[in-house]
This record gives sequence, structure tokens and C-alpha cells, in this order.
Amino acid sequence: MSASPALTNKQDVCVHIQNVSHSFGVEGQPKHVRALLDTTMDIHRGELLALIGPSGCGKSTLLNVIGGILNPTTGTASVNGKSVDGPMPHDIAYVFQENALFPWNTIIENIRLGMLFQGVPKADHEGRAREALQAVGLSEFADHYPAQLSGGMRQRAALARALSLDTPVVLMDEPFGALDEQTRMVLGEDLSALLSRTGKTIIFVTHSLGEAVFLADRIAVFTARPGRIKEVIPVEEPHPRKASFMTSDKFNGLRNRLFDLLHDEIRKTVSLTSGSSGGF
Amino acid sequence: MSAPVKATLSADQHERRLSRLVQLGFVASLALLWYLATNVWGMSPLLLPKPQNAFEELLDILRSGEFWPDLLLTLGELAGAFAISMTLGLAIGFMVSLSPVFVRIFEPLLAGVYAVPIILFLPLYVLFFGLGASSKIALGATISFFPIVLNTIAGFISVDKLYVTAAKSMGASPTVLLRHVLIPGALPIILSGLRMGFTVALLSIIGSETIASLSGLGHRIVNLAESLEIARMFAYIVFVIAIAATLNSMVSRLEASRSLDK
Repeated sequence: MSASPALTNKQDVCVHIQNVSHSFGVEGQPKHVRALLDTTMDIHRGELLALIGPSGCGKSTLLNVIGGILNPTTGTASVNGKSVDGPMPHDIAYVFQENALFPWNTIIENIRLGMLFQGVPKADHEGRAREALQAVGLSEFADHYPAQLSGGMRQRAALARALSLDTPVVLMDEPFGALDEQTRMVLGEDLSALLSRTGKTIIFVTHSLGEAVFLADRIAVFTARPGRIKEVIPVEEPHPRKASFMTSDKFNGLRNRLFDLLHDEIRKTVSLTSGSSGGF
Repeated sequence: MSAPVKATLSADQHERRLSRLVQLGFVASLALLWYLATNVWGMSPLLLPKPQNAFEELLDILRSGEFWPDLLLTLGELAGAFAISMTLGLAIGFMVSLSPVFVRIFEPLLAGVYAVPIILFLPLYVLFFGLGASSKIALGATISFFPIVLNTIAGFISVDKLYVTAAKSMGASPTVLLRHVLIPGALPIILSGLRMGFTVALLSIIGSETIASLSGLGHRIVNLAESLEIARMFAYIVFVIAIAATLNSMVSRLEASRSLDK
């Protein structure tokens, strides 16, 4: 029954999420949390999708379900037609929220290790690592340790590690979350240029309205917990995007629309939190 | 750019030189106090020999080479004890760290036993293993096992889960994960456990040699005390301190060189 719509979309659907719900903890226990509720969505090949919503709305949960790091309580995710039941290193690369570079390895060692984990032939490691470093502008810092770089450079290095794995899909969990506004803007610009060249499918979680509008082709706005997708907003602006896009009326219109959508949801989260803390 | 780097470096060097100076001053004033007590204030040579006499004895010991059998025995015992405690401590520590349930059960148990002064069981060790090297090896291995196993557990469970998740998402197999993520992540804490284990193994072996033994450096020192050759005894004490300090600084240097990789 569901075979025919799947077949018609086969060409351009890269990631398919079907009725995914997830709860943490055991039902009936005080720690039980319904993070994500009955979410269904298709993400197209080569698309840049932003997930945005109040804290705890299940954006990262959804990302982890797609990445095979988390098994959803119900529902399924599939990537390139394969259903996800664990990490898929050949299809998906991850850029994590915090810094997930290994501090005991240099930047280039970190990138080579990723390829070793994924099973890339050793002979290709050096060339691909250099290429990925070049793409993010870190060639000169190949032999530095992560602790010797700034937060922005570390995040570029993490991106280089993900790019070197040459996967069709890249998932990013607040990749620029820990960085200051200026660095985020510059990195966002670079990322837009970089990704328009590679044609990858990107799903990223963000808290920043501006970042979502600037980078994404579509923005999925989540409701407060338990999270569902409230609305999907198309941005319709070709990549690579220039910094001037940020001052355009179109940008501000979209940003305001996002703000309106999110405002009510964030209110709900805040009152929920104060309500539950009053209960303790 | 290079000027401020240079400035901080020399400030750092300056501070290091100053602390070396204070450390040397401390040792020198101890030696001076020793000299004054025995040569000026007239302390009995039966209680405390003159440093110059102890020094002569030390030269004699080094020249004659009579220390070799005792030194080799004590170092052999140390090597044996440390080999056992390191092997068991690393293996058991790793296995316990694999499951949070094991950690909850065994970590407090091991930490509790670690707090017991195991040297009190020396008579039992002598009954089981005799007065020779075996009882020293067994005791040293038991005592040094605990800091090693506890730090091995602590090291492995301290590795950030994010690194493990990241490695798995890139397709790391369990053995690759162990070699490239878990071991390097746990290494600094494991190494400090090994250093602690090494120190307590040396302490307990020399200590038990002074209590119940037929040979070894500890035994030699007690023997000299009982025959009232106090100056020679002090010479041996200085000798043992020098050996212990050398071993310790070797182990510390190894530890520092490994954790500098970060």
C-alpha cells in the first residue's frame, strides 16, 4: 500500500522518516520523557534541512535516530532506501554538538582515524585528509592538537573529518553552537559555499534563527515537548549565499516568520519548566 | 609575536630554576643540620653517625660492590611484583570497566580493600611463601595491585562517551575503538596508577625485607642496625634513597612524556 508513494519519490528522497516517536525512560516513572511525537518527513537529495525548535523538543533526538545512534521507540528512518538500525558510516557522517575531535591526536591524525574507522584504504588517507583540510582552510594546522586551535577552527576540523568520509549525508548537531556570533557568520558563509559544491544532503540542528534562514533550503520548526514538526518553511535562495543575503528583506521576513512560529512554543516550554520545578 | 612567547618561556624557566633552588636548599639544610647535630652539638654516634663517616662507608660500599647481591634481589622482587600487579590490575580493571554494573559492584569493594594496611598480613605471607623472595613478591604484588586496578577502572570510565559515539558513528569496530579511543583516552589516569603502584611496591618490598627476610637491601639495613654499625647503616639508607629516587624519576618521566602527547 505504501509502496507506490515510496517508489515515486525514490529518485529524490534521500532520508525518509516514518512516524518516528521516542521516549526516554520507562513509562509511568517520573523520569519518563516523551521527546518526539509521531514525526514523518522526507528529506531530498542535496537538500540542506534545518531543524529548529525550543530546548528539549526532540530535534537532536530526531537527528540521532537518522544517524543510527538512537533506536526510536516507534517508527522507522531510512537513508538511501536502507532502513536505519545502527550507524551507517558509508552513508552518514556526523558533526557533533561539542567537540568530538580526539584530543590525543593531531588534526590530521583525527581525520585519518575517521577514514580508518570507516574502512578507507590506507593509501588514500593522506591525500583525502589534505584535501578535506584544504576545503575548510586548515591546511597549515594539520599537525596541531585540537587544544591548540580556537573553537571555530576546531569546528572546521570536525567538519573536515566528516567531509573526508565522503558520505552522501552529513548530520550536524548545533555545529556552531559554542561559537560567537561573528565566527558563526563567517563559518556559515563558508559552509554555504562549500556545500553548494559538494551536493551533499545535510540535516542540521540549530538554535539560531539567522543561521537556519541563512544556511537551509527548508526549515522544519518543532513544537514544544513532546516535539512534532509544526511547519516546514522553504527558503528558496540559491547557494552559495553571500553575507548580503543576511540584510535582505527576504531574510528578515523569513526570520520574523520563524520567530513568530517559535515564540509561542518557547513560551510553552518556559511555563512547563517553571510548572514542573514548582511541583518538586 | 615571538617576543611575548619568549618572555613567558623565560619566566617559566626562571620559576623552575627558583623552585629547584628551594628544593636543593631544603636538602642542603637537612645535611647541615645532620652535620651540626653530630659534630657540634655532640649527638651520640650510636644514635646518629657523623655524615662524613657515613659518606666514607658509602664510598666503601660502592667500591667493594658488596651491595650487588642485595640490590639485584630487591630489584628482582620489585620487577616480579610489578609485573604481576600490572598484568592483573590492567586486565581486571579493563574487564570491570566494561559494565556499569561491574563498576558499581567492584569499584567500592576494591577501594575498601585498598584502605586496609595489607602489610599487617605479612606474617601470613611469610607462612605461605617463606622468608625468601616469593613472600616479598606476593606482598608487593598485592599492595600495588589496588592503585593500578582502581586507576585502570577510573581511566576507562572517564573516557568521554562522545568520543565513543563519534568513533562508532564512523564505523569503528570494538578492537579499533579500544586501540584508538579507549586506551589513549584512559592512558593518563592509568599511567598515574602505574606510578603509584610502582612506588607502593618498592615501599612494601623494602619494608617487608626489614621485618622478615634473609637478604635484600631492607634486610641488610636492619642487620647493620642490630650489629650497631650505624654509620654503614646510614650509608645504605642513603644508597636506597638514591635508588628509589632514580627509579621514581624514571617512572615519572615516562608518565610525563606520555601525557604530554595531549
